[in-house]
Amino acid sequence: MSSRAPVLKVRDLAVHFRVDRGRFFRHDYQTLRAVDNVSFDLYPAETLGIVGESGCGKSTLARAILGLVRPQAGSVVWLGEDLAGLSDEAMRLKRREIQLIFQDPLGSLDPRMTVGEIVAEPLRVFYPSMSRLQVRERVAGMMKLVGLSPAQINRYPHEFSGGQCQRIGIARALVVNPRLVVCDEPVSALDVSIQAQIVNLLKDLQKKLQLSLIFIAHDLSVVRHVSDRVLVMYLGRIMEVADRDSIYLDPRHPYTRALIESVPIPDPVAERARVRRALEGDMPSPLDPPTGCVFRTRCPFAAPVCADRVPVLEALEDGRQVACLRHEEIRGFAEETNSVPPAPES
Amino acid sequence: MSEVTRDAFDRALDTRNVRGRSLYIDAWHRLLKNKAAVTALIVLSLMVVLVIIGPMLSNWDHEIPDWEHYSTPPSLETGHLFGTDALGRDLFVRTLIGGRISLLVGLVATLVSLIIGISYGAVAGFLGGRVDNLMMRFVDGIYAMPFMFFVIVLMVVFGRNIFLIFVAIGAINWLDMARIVRGQTLSLKNKDFVEAARASGATEFHIIRRHIIPNLLGVVIVYVTLTIPQVILVESFLSFLGLGVQEPLTSWGALVNEGAQELETAPWSLLFPACFLAATLFAFNFLGDGLRDALDPKDRF
Repeated sequence: MSSRAPVLKVRDLAVHFRVDRGRFFRHDYQTLRAVDNVSFDLYPAETLGIVGESGCGKSTLARAILGLVRPQAGSVVWLGEDLAGLSDEAMRLKRREIQLIFQDPLGSLDPRMTVGEIVAEPLRVFYPSMSRLQVRERVAGMMKLVGLSPAQINRYPHEFSGGQCQRIGIARALVVNPRLVVCDEPVSALDVSIQAQIVNLLKDLQKKLQLSLIFIAHDLSVVRHVSDRVLVMYLGRIMEVADRDSIYLDPRHPYTRALIESVPIPDPVAERARVRRALEGDMPSPLDPPTGCVFRTRCPFAAPVCADRVPVLEALEDGRQVACLRHEEIRGFAEETNSVPPAPES
Repeated sequence: MSEVTRDAFDRALDTRNVRGRSLYIDAWHRLLKNKAAVTALIVLSLMVVLVIIGPMLSNWDHEIPDWEHYSTPPSLETGHLFGTDALGRDLFVRTLIGGRISLLVGLVATLVSLIIGISYGAVAGFLGGRVDNLMMRFVDGIYAMPFMFFVIVLMVVFGRNIFLIFVAIGAINWLDMARIVRGQTLSLKNKDFVEAARASGATEFHIIRRHIIPNLLGVVIVYVTLTIPQVILVESFLSFLGLGVQEPLTSWGALVNEGAQELETAPWSLLFPACFLAATLFAFNFLGDGLRDALDPKDRF
């Protein structure tokens, strides 16, 4: 995989929002670090899964890649060109190559437009010279590709089910032949049975069209199903990146471990027998993140050193990366006893 | 399966010719179920037709007096269906001509306020931030001006002119429209479909034109039907004060004013214009209410 050149290189990306916490006439601006120091590569025709709890910056990361929010620092290098430095207009033109699929299937479709108009919109924007007939043919073909009947081209979004609406959203994203599609929790608003359809549709289309996908979700089993590699985020930072199988079978970061342990096993006997260490407490406020390692307040393995030093993303074998100061000790210990190692003397 | 049932199935499943029902068509069907709104719609259509072709059908003119009949009550014999006024002018024709002016003022002034209000409000709401703040403070500033004083000054400076009435009323009414549109735009611009359009590469202008404004229309239509009667009323009030249209042209407000002065001797000269005015205002208000119910997105599904 690493033999090929990445299509997207994200380096030290940081997206901060200024939040006014003042009362009445006093302003009190604080910085919310939605995404901080995020770096990763994406290869052609690869699916990168991004997982994390709500509020960990997944969606902000997606929007930063498309330039819908402007990063404070870092670069998003798309096919050798840094998108972060582009003007608004140049960024707008780049969106022919990078498209987005939304979480809310119905909410992302204009209720006053027919399906045909919705799917045709990117075509009209990027190819204003296309004739009506060409547009119509392309839209009909796209609808067929995502499993909608072209006969429904004149229908309105509210006449469709959630799954169908998401298919419309996918058709709209793919109609201009993008090379990268960012899927921002595309199935979390859907029924489980529909989720499988949509996920499989995305997988098929990716194979057919040789797309690169960034697949954001909080559902680990869905991510496992679609992704080649998985990136775990917490409080705007990357905790761990690894191949799909290695991250599920052999998680190195305590947060990844906790996430995987929280997935129920569809076998009551195994489920009851399992020793669980559920995560306690809530995610700290991103306005006031913990010092050192951001995960330490909820980490069962936290030691005093975790409060002092910020762990950097460390490259391990097989191209996997982990940002934990104690991942080696934890690994050795967990294998032997499946229990918490004592904190070292400091 | 027999051939017959298969045919029936095929027909039932043939969706090729089905057009989707847009939200507006849905709303239209809901509106048609509302008896008051439908009645109002019929009354208004009749009123418009009557006002346009009525004066052409009559033998009388709105400015030339019938020298033989001064202040005569309604009668079929004389041919003055609504009677005549103190100058012997046919009140039927004058009421309809007055209706033309009143409805025209209502429509044109509302249209003026609509165009200014939508563009101003949509831009302020969409751009947001400092621009929005500046634009809305300007609106607040104009709001603070006493409207009647403003109109009277205009009339005194430029003379009485029907065009000025359009401008004066439109210039005040767009403020409300701008506020409503701005508020609506603020909530629309954070909707996912706007972000989706941006992610699809749409320009900001395209987003305002293709997504924001069409989605504003529901609210705007309701507001328009409620603004027209308000404007007609303002014009009537101005005419009543003697600041409205110039004789021999007239409007419902001016007719009511004249009629009120002759209430004891010629009550019909107040009755007919007042009834027409009231019926129109009623109809507009009922239609507005009906539209609001029909377009309410809460029972969209």
